[in-house]
Formats: sequence, C-alpha cells, structure tokens
Amino acid sequence: MLKFPIYLDYSATTPVDPRVAQAMIPWLTEHFGNPASRSHAYGWEAEKAVEDAREQVARLVNADAKEIVWTSGATESNNLAIKGAAQFYKGKGKHIITLKTEHKAVLDTFRELERQGFEATYLDVQENGLVDLSALKDAIRPDTILVSVMFVNNEIGVVQPIAQIGEICREKGIVFHVDAAQATGKVEIDLQTLKVDLMSFSAHKTYGPKGIGALYVRRKPRARLEAQMHGGGHERGLRSGTLATHQIVGMGEAFRIAREEMKTENERVGALRDRLMKGLQDIDATYINGDVEHRVPHNLNISFAYVEGESLIMAIKDVAVSSGSACTSASLEPSYVLRALGRNDELAHSSIRFTIGRFTTEEEVDYTIDLLHKKIGKLRELSPLWEMVQDGVDLDSVQWAAH
Amino acid sequence: MAYSEKVLDHYENPRNVGAFGKEDEGVGTGMVGAPACGDVMKLQIKVGKDGVIEDAKFKTYGCGSAIASSSLVTEWVKGKTVEQALEIKNTQIAEELALPPVKIHCSILAEDAIKAAVADYKKKQG
Amino acid sequence: MFAPVYLDWNATTPLDPLVRAAMLPWLDARFGNASSRHEYGRQARAAIDEARARVAAAVGAHPTEVIFTSCGSEANNLFIKGAAALMKPGLVAISAIEHPCVREPAKQLRRGGWSLREIAVDAAGRIDGDDWKAVLEAKPSLVSVMLANNETGVLQDVAALARDARTAGAWFHSDAVQALGKIPVDFRALGVHAMTFSGHKIGGPLGVGALVIDKRIELAPLIAGGGQERGLRSGTENVAAIVGFGAACEHATARLEDEARRLAGLRDRLEAGLIASGMRIFSVDTPRLPNTTFFAADGFDGETLVAKLDRAGFACASGSACSSANPEPSHTLLAMGVEHEAARGAVRVSLGRDTTLTDVEGFLAAFERLTNQLNNLTAMAVQS
Ligand SMILES: Cc1ncc(COP(=O)(O)O)c(C=O)c1O
Ligand SMILES: Cc1ncc(COP(=O)(O)O)c(C=O)c1O
Ligand code: FES
Repeated sequence: MLKFPIYLDYSATTPVDPRVAQAMIPWLTEHFGNPASRSHAYGWEAEKAVEDAREQVARLVNADAKEIVWTSGATESNNLAIKGAAQFYKGKGKHIITLKTEHKAVLDTFRELERQGFEATYLDVQENGLVDLSALKDAIRPDTILVSVMFVNNEIGVVQPIAQIGEICREKGIVFHVDAAQATGKVEIDLQTLKVDLMSFSAHKTYGPKGIGALYVRRKPRARLEAQMHGGGHERGLRSGTLATHQIVGMGEAFRIAREEMKTENERVGALRDRLMKGLQDIDATYINGDVEHRVPHNLNISFAYVEGESLIMAIKDVAVSSGSACTSASLEPSYVLRALGRNDELAHSSIRFTIGRFTTEEEVDYTIDLLHKKIGKLRELSPLWEMVQDGVDLDSVQWAAH
Repeated sequence: MAYSEKVLDHYENPRNVGAFGKEDEGVGTGMVGAPACGDVMKLQIKVGKDGVIEDAKFKTYGCGSAIASSSLVTEWVKGKTVEQALEIKNTQIAEELALPPVKIHCSILAEDAIKAAVADYKKKQG
Repeated sequence: MFAPVYLDWNATTPLDPLVRAAMLPWLDARFGNASSRHEYGRQARAAIDEARARVAAAVGAHPTEVIFTSCGSEANNLFIKGAAALMKPGLVAISAIEHPCVREPAKQLRRGGWSLREIAVDAAGRIDGDDWKAVLEAKPSLVSVMLANNETGVLQDVAALARDARTAGAWFHSDAVQALGKIPVDFRALGVHAMTFSGHKIGGPLGVGALVIDKRIELAPLIAGGGQERGLRSGTENVAAIVGFGAACEHATARLEDEARRLAGLRDRLEAGLIASGMRIFSVDTPRLPNTTFFAADGFDGETLVAKLDRAGFACASGSACSSANPEPSHTLLAMGVEHEAARGAVRVSLGRDTTLTDVEGFLAAFERLTNQLNNLTAMAVQS
C-alpha cells in the first residue's frame, strides 16, 4: 500500500528512525535531569547518556569522543567552526576560501566575516560540481587561514575530494573545515586519515532528531576556536547552553545505526536510485545535474527541459521532492548551485531533486517514474518552448522580451 | 505555497490549450516572458470579421499561477471585441485567482500577453 | 535508578506528560522540514506558527516578536551580542546577579570597545536604588536585569526599571527564564524591549528557548544561514521541541494561579521547618518566586549537605546547575554581601508540579536527621 505523499526528500530532513525515537523516549519521561546538575543522580545519569552518545558520534567518523562538541545543528556548527577559527587565527591572515556551491550556513557566515574585514574567495566548481584542485591551489595565498568545503553537496549529492584538499591545506598550515551534514551514513568518514581540522554534523539528516548537531574539533594537531556562545562554560567553554539530553541520545543512536548499517543501506538505496534514474532518463530531454560517479547513492538531481520547476512540483504533488534546497525554495530564484555548474537558468528552473532513503520502497520508485512520465508529457503539451523545439526552432536564437 | 482553489482548477484542467496556425486569417499571437525568467506565455486570439474574438488558445511555460492566469484570460477574451479585451487588467486576474503578492507578476504577464496578441492581430490587419 | 524526590525544579523540570503527547507525533510521522514546500513541510510550518502564537499569548507578546532559539542561554547571547553588534560601542549594564549566560556575553562586549558595569543589589538581592540611579546617569545603551533570580527566586521590579531605562534611552532586556510559569509575565505590561524564555524550566523540553523582542531593535544574528526566524536565527527548526514549548507555555500559564498558591504553601511549610532547625533563609521577606528556597546554616558545607541529601533520597542543589561545576560560592549571594563562609553552605530547594506535602515533610525529616548527625560529628571532633 502506497502512502501519499511519497517522501523523496531525505536530504531536506529524514524521519526519526523508530529505534532512535525509542532510545529518546526515556529521556523525555522519567530521566529528565539536567546533565550539568552535579549534585544528584538525575544529573549524573543524564551526563552519562550524553557521554555515551558522544562516543557513538565519534565512532562513526573514527574520532575521539573528546573531539566532539554538541551544537544545535549543522548550521550552528558551521558558524562556530568558521567564525571561531577565523577569529582565532586572524592574527595570521585574513583570507578565507570556500566554494560557490556551499550551503547557505557556510556562505552567509563567509559574508558576515567579509563584513568584519576578512577577504573571501568563492571558488567556482567544474561542470560536474566538483572542486578543481588546481584552482584551489591557485587561490591559496600566504595569508589564507581557512578553507571550508562541504563533503557532500545537499542539492546534487556530489562528493568532494576531501582527502586531497586536506593534504593541500595541511601542507600549507591552513585550517580545513568540512560541512559533513549530508555525508554521515552515506560515505565513509575516517578522521584518523583525513586531514580535516573541523567537521560539522547534523542529526536530522541521518534519521536523528532536529535541533541537535555536533562539531568535530581536532586535538592533534589541535584546532583552536573562539566560542560564539557564552555562559555556563558547557562543552569545555566552546558552547554554553543546557544540553538537550534526549536529542543528544537520539543523535548518538542515529549515528550508531548509521555506522552499523551504512554498507547494506547504501547498496539498497543505490539500487533504488539507479532504478529511478533509468526510469526517468527514458523521458526526452532530461539532464542529470552533477557528477554521477562521485555522488552519494541517495541523490538524483535531474532537469526536465521545457517545463518549469514550480509547476512541475505542483504536478507531482503526490511525491514530496524539492527543487533546489529546502532552505532556498521559498524564493523564486533558480538554484545557485545549478547555476554554478553552468546550467542555464531554464534548466536550473526545471530541476528536481529526488533524495531516497531508509524507508523508500521499490513500489514508491515505480510509482514516481510513472507519474513523472505522465506529468512531463502533460506539461510539455502546455509548453510553448516544447512546441518551438518540436518545430525546429533554436531557442537560443529567439529574442525574448525580458519582463 | 498555498494555491487558491481557482488556480488549482485552472492548473488541473487548463482551458483552451493549443495553437492556431500563426499565419491563419484573423489570428493574433502574443508571446511574452523569457525562459530565463522561468515563464513564457503564448496567447493566440482568433478574431472574426466583426472584430469579436471568437476563440483563443494558449501555451504557458511557467508556474501554476502563470498557467492559471493564461487559462483564465483565454476564457475571458472570448466574445469580447479586441478593444474590450485590452481593458482586462492584471488586477482583475489576480483578484479572480486570489494570487498572493509574489505571484502578481504572473497576472501582469497574462495582461501583457493579451496586449501582444492584439498588437500582432492589428499589425497583420495592416 | 531508584528515583529520589526531585527538588531541583529550577535546574530543569520533568516533561509535562501533556507536552510529551503533543511532541511525539513530530518525532514520528510528522517529520518534515518546515522550509520544505510539500505537505510534510507545510505541516511542520503550521505547527511552528501555532506554537509561536501560544508562546506569544503566554507572555503577552505578538507572535512576530517571538524568535525561537535552542535554549535560554542562546537567547540571552543573541540579545546582548546581536543588539550590540549594530550599535556604537557604549555602556552595557547588567545586574550583579545575572546568570552566566548574560554575564559572559556582556563581558565579551568589552573586546569590541564596550564598557561593562554591574548594577549592585542590596542585602535582599534587589537592585540597589542608588546604584541604579548612578548607572542611569552613565547613560547605558543596553541594560539587562533578570525578572527572577534562579537561586534566591528574588523578583525585581522590572516594570519600573524598564521605564527608567527607556527614559534614559537604553534598550532594556530581562531574562525571564525562571519567572515564566511561576508568576504572571506580560511583555507589554512590563514595558521591556526584550525578554528571554526557556522550554525546559516550565515543563517543556530541553533544546528550545525564545527571545521575545520589540521589532524596533535591530539585531545581528549569531547564527547565519538559511534565514529561518526572520533571518535572526538560522538552522532547521526543531519542530518537536518548539511544539512542546508552545504546549508547555499554554499549560503552565493556564494553571499558574492555583499552582503558585499551592507551591507557596509548600514552600512556607518547608521554610517554617528549616527556620525551626536554625537555618537562615535568604531574601525571606522579599518578593520571590513561590517555589524557591535558598538557605544556609553557619558551619555546614552546602556541597556536603546536598550530597548527603541525595543519598537520603532528595535531589536538590547547592546553587545553579551551570555553576555547580565549579566549587565557587554562589555569585548571587556574594553580590548580596553574604559572607563567603555562609555562601559556601547554601542549599537550593526548588519545588514544582509534582511536589507534594509528603515530599516536603520527608525532606524536612531527612534534613533534621542529617544536620543532627553532622552536628554530632562536629561535636565529637571538638571533644576529641
Ligand atoms: C550541507 C548542509 N549543511 C548544513 C545544513 C544545515 O543543517 P541544520 O539543519 O542541522 O542546521 C544542511 C541542511 O539544511 C545541509 O544540507
Ligand atoms: C535565570 C536563567 N537564565 C538562563 C538560563 C539558561 O537557560 P537554558 O538552560 O535554556 O540555556 C537559566 C537556566 O539555567 C536560568 O536559570
Ligand atoms: S510566472 Fe513567474 S512565477 Fe509565475
């Protein structure tokens, strides 16, 4: 039995895994202590739960639990890492580097630092969405103090060459931050081998609850940060604020499951994605956005030429998907990520991101393929652009009246 | 984005989708918008000898509101003279479809499409 | 774990079962990201809007004035640093008894050229009138005075302070984390520019707080990104916690009057017992929260008492949870001029929804037993 709308938007957020919810419930019930309470068992047991969860998060990425700092999500982790490192190392230089295709949480933080007097370089990516390593090397200056590159892009799912970038940064003594919000449970992350200094995580992209995330802060060699939130001195002074035990427990359990099940899950999810891709590529004039090889198995981002994205989303409202990222989809702007790949606006406008996950079934994928065939057909019947193309008009030669 | 019932109705069951031959007698074609802006509207009117619009067709590449706006104006222009058709204002379209502020430009596009179609018709009449 | 009687409600509160019920669907089938435009997202957005309206109604504000954060600490940081970031450096004045999450960000402002002044309190823990006058004459740009103190429970006359501060041209903020749900709180009537609240102190969940703020105050966000919360607080909304906070606000304020009367009755019974065993209760004759008792006795060490009470089955605190990590005596008491020695002996008992008369009497009996033991030990030590 299909349940509508079919959820194919796992990169916007994931359902909480029932096992995670189960683990959280006791901390919403009788075990309610404040982990900072040192004077009674309610506090101690909460503190222990927080430390156990820290261990689980560390294990997924092969780090030490002492390197994990709790935050309210990857947005906060990105802010803490980027502002915290830039402010700490500003005596060494004022130049910072990132990609044009980063998440807003990184881009907006960079803009803020620019207002504070830092100089930022926003690197173009290649047509496949991957960073050009030689362009990165060329962008590095003697006063570069920080490079921030995301592990997995949230819109097109491409996996950046984090290992190589780490080598480049380490050699030059530049702090390297990685936004891994979309990577946990999807790609292997081994912080013993990756030369990454700071890494952001979020629970709700990996079947954990919203409102909780973490920042990895390397101890050897030690990455230094200035705190952004001050108060009781929680998290070794790096992030004050009462810890939300149930959420932390949820993130720990979610990351435990991710570690144990990643292999089999990726195989299953990858097969479903390939089935979806094959089914949709049968439609005329479709383009896959982003590299197909260096890509997480969950993501398919595809443009359907000559139909407009928003009307397409409306047409397929039985499936919950997004055009562009969830954060930016309230605006009518075409996705800046697709633009950065050099896609023209029209193809950027008609792109759909399908992201598949733990609870997606083959039946749901087949239904989606069928629905897309029907609806694209209908919208193209309605499309003056499709008509012109069928009549052999080259759209690029048309003089459009701007509005 | 919450769409009104009327937008949904026009979107699900667009009226008068299709095309007339551009060179046919009495046909005026208006094409407005640009793919880069995410919306292109093609509106065609077929005008009788008495100057009354007998039929209209449209095709639209654009959001649901743009499709609904163009579908609506094909209904509205039918039976009007070309001069009366020119009096249709985007505010009337927006009101009829209960368009939210961010979608007002879809109705402007529809008004522009009428003007462009009428202008093309007049040009052909010489 | 065997469940001790919980008498530390100012540190955090158990989740109200009604609140839990309201939250659970949002940890289950309704998991959408509120920024998504499909059905899952729209459900989440609607739930957040509803919660915002509930919080606003509970504190006498307009829903658009409510900015959700991840906790009270963040809300305090957001106001202090966010407002200061867009102003010319000037004077920031905070009371001498603020929570560290007000005091520390205020200290941070000094790095940006601000000066910081602490407003003195009198022996009862209330803002000292003379010092307040002097502070106003120094023309502060930002002022923050808490509505209710987390340790003593002492209330400040925030309405009057806010009026003075306005006249002096300052933005006035009040940390009302401990006040909400225990006394009536009305943003408009108090006339403040901004106020902080936290979910987990009122029977709501951990992981959510709010800054309620007059929209004339421009704030720079602490956390940049997707532009949630009117651009003032980016990050995917914690829907379950926000829904829980909304529900908790509603429940806590609905039964406030009866509950406050009941708690005050229990508190009075407790204090009568403590006074009978020779304890000194701080700010006993000052307007206070109905649920909080902060006391000490010369010659006793607070940490030791609290540890023994815990073993006897009563969970309370020697001060606020945050500062209980360090053995420093209570900042609040020192500001009130309490001697170091007495401050070190302080114990905080804070009551709540589930506290019964039996709990209070059990506590008193255990307390009596423990202090007798300790007295005997001391007596023996003196003899030998
Ligand atoms: C790549 C990336 N970084 C950061 C974030 C923000 O994470 P959070 O929702 O935990 O604040 C997201 C998700 O929105 C993301 O996809
Ligand atoms: C007066 C006061 N302000 C702020 C806070 C901090 O709130 P939160 O625990 O939500 O960060 C607390 C609680 O510890 C408090 O008692
Ligand atoms: S026509 Fe552009 S959004 Fe509707």
